[in-house]
Amino acid sequence: MNAPVYNFAYLDEQTKRMIRRAILKAIAIPGYQVPFASREMPMPYGWGTGGVQVTAAIVGPDDILKVIDQGSDDTTNAVSIRKFFARTAGVRTTTSTGDATVIQTRHRIPETPLHAGQILVYQVPIPEPLRFLAPRETETRRMHALSEYGLMHVKLYEDIARHGHIATTYAYPVKVDSRYVMDPSPIPKFDNPKMNDSPALQLFGAGREKRIYAIPPHTSVVSLDFEDHPFERYRHEATCAICGAVDSFLDEVVTDDSGGRMFVCSDTDYCATQGPHEVKRV
Amino acid sequence: MYVAVKGGERAIENAHTLLAHERRGDPSVPELSLAQISQQLTLAVDRVMTEGSLYDRDLAALAIKQARGDLIEAIFLLRAFRATLPRFGATAPVDTAAMDIRRRISATFKDLPGGQVLGPTFDYTHRLLEPSTDAPVSEPATGAAYEGTTPRVTDLLANDDLIERDDNSASAIPGDLTREPLSFPAERDLRLQNLARGDEGFLLALGYSTQRGYGRTHPFAGEIRLGDVEVEFFAEDAGFAVPLGHITMTECQMINQFAGSATEAPKFTRGYGLAFGHCERKVMSMALVDRALRARELGEEQAAPAQDEEFVLSHSDNVQATGFVEHLKLPHYVDFQAELGLVRRLRAQFESAQDVGDVPVREAAE
Repeated sequence: MNAPVYNFAYLDEQTKRMIRRAILKAIAIPGYQVPFASREMPMPYGWGTGGVQVTAAIVGPDDILKVIDQGSDDTTNAVSIRKFFARTAGVRTTTSTGDATVIQTRHRIPETPLHAGQILVYQVPIPEPLRFLAPRETETRRMHALSEYGLMHVKLYEDIARHGHIATTYAYPVKVDSRYVMDPSPIPKFDNPKMNDSPALQLFGAGREKRIYAIPPHTSVVSLDFEDHPFERYRHEATCAICGAVDSFLDEVVTDDSGGRMFVCSDTDYCATQGPHEVKRV
Repeated sequence: MYVAVKGGERAIENAHTLLAHERRGDPSVPELSLAQISQQLTLAVDRVMTEGSLYDRDLAALAIKQARGDLIEAIFLLRAFRATLPRFGATAPVDTAAMDIRRRISATFKDLPGGQVLGPTFDYTHRLLEPSTDAPVSEPATGAAYEGTTPRVTDLLANDDLIERDDNSASAIPGDLTREPLSFPAERDLRLQNLARGDEGFLLALGYSTQRGYGRTHPFAGEIRLGDVEVEFFAEDAGFAVPLGHITMTECQMINQFAGSATEAPKFTRGYGLAFGHCERKVMSMALVDRALRARELGEEQAAPAQDEEFVLSHSDNVQATGFVEHLKLPHYVDFQAELGLVRRLRAQFESAQDVGDVPVREAAE
């Protein structure tokens, strides 16, 4: 049997070039979904194959990689992907948001503001913001081409009519550079404002759906809303039980089966840098 | 020249002998034992037990061996055997909240009573071919057994009235589509039974379609748990429930989009999946399709394939499906000859019309 040999960062160089061309096009047309020939990766679709391909195409030997899932470096899938790149590319890894040059993320944007030169790679399950309004690609691509986004506003309006609120709490649609409506991946809408005018490059990879899109640094990103129902961030009205943060996005942790709850920072690196505290039951 | 008009019996006998020969493969390679199949192809055994609706690891292993690894054929073998078994009665509902947990994960809470227990999972392996899987494996990590309870996530939410209650009406005796033919509209008990027996691939594709917008249900994997549950049988003579033993089961509780109305506060809804053994993909798919099929009861638009009860339930059974698809291999000489005769007649009419010239060709009709 021939022992399999794998290239730096797993993908072969031709594939990396193909992905880089897609990334360059995506940067040139902010918010536009560029089709790319997504490969089978050694983890299942849905685990971040798009993000992993983007990271594999851009990471170099000098990079310092951070991987988070749900804001945390220590969640199983983040550990797995970090180990994958440590093994296949031998790159240095970190949990520090400030030290990382490339951050691959699932479902969160770090609390610590990003700086110029950093790249944030999002794992995207459904890249098409209009998918749940019109499931057919043939229709949604035409709607994007014609900037025909009325249906999205009707959906948000119907939410308000039915619930009194816009009932989208994550993957909240945004308009990029006043042109394309874009799905920011399932980040909580708390994170949406961080995308706007960010000094970092933001890349989005959807492996199963074979799409890459991008927000170049200092691009306008506006969450869709109405004048009388402006966009609002949401966080639990609580304090982190570990670090005491009052400004971070919180995870609810169930402590018993009689209604006991506590709240902790979703971003574990941010939590650690706020200074350690005893766990307080709230 | 060989004319296959007679001689079917001999041909069939020879084919069976050849099949047995092919099943055995190269005789210089040691024969597979049933223990090897049941110990080392555990997930194949689990799938065959689930879709075969019969909890028996040894028989499932035998079926897999006899079917040369064709799992649908193995399921078929097990179903055919099951159909011959006398029925003494039905067990009491198993209590999955009291499960002896081997794996338990929640995608909705970072931590919760009983904790996240990864257990034996492919989830975070890298899919790199490892030719050395025959090397001795290291002993798994051990630790003190967890003493507390592991309440179901849906029960925790139900305590706060954030999710719809389970319908626990004890008086309702669940139906059994292996004893009574399925009719439409079908209630949830029969739908769940159909899905539990249904083809994993079919349910997977349907569940996937709901995630891609064809009948979206906003699912969260509230909890997946794997472990042993006790099976009890209420013995009329004794007057109490008698434990029969333990079986391994996988359960998935999907937490889905909330619904509310003028009279009812918004709350999450449920999708449910349950299978014998370790069948995680199956129970997750089942839970997605279960929830999609509740569109009628929850007053949702029914437009997508996964919401079409009759379509889903009529086509989910792979033993039925494979039978009807593959029956096309059987002789259809008579029907085809009749069709052939008709096509020849129509062609003759077409050609004579062409000869005449301007006579319009009429639509072919039976």
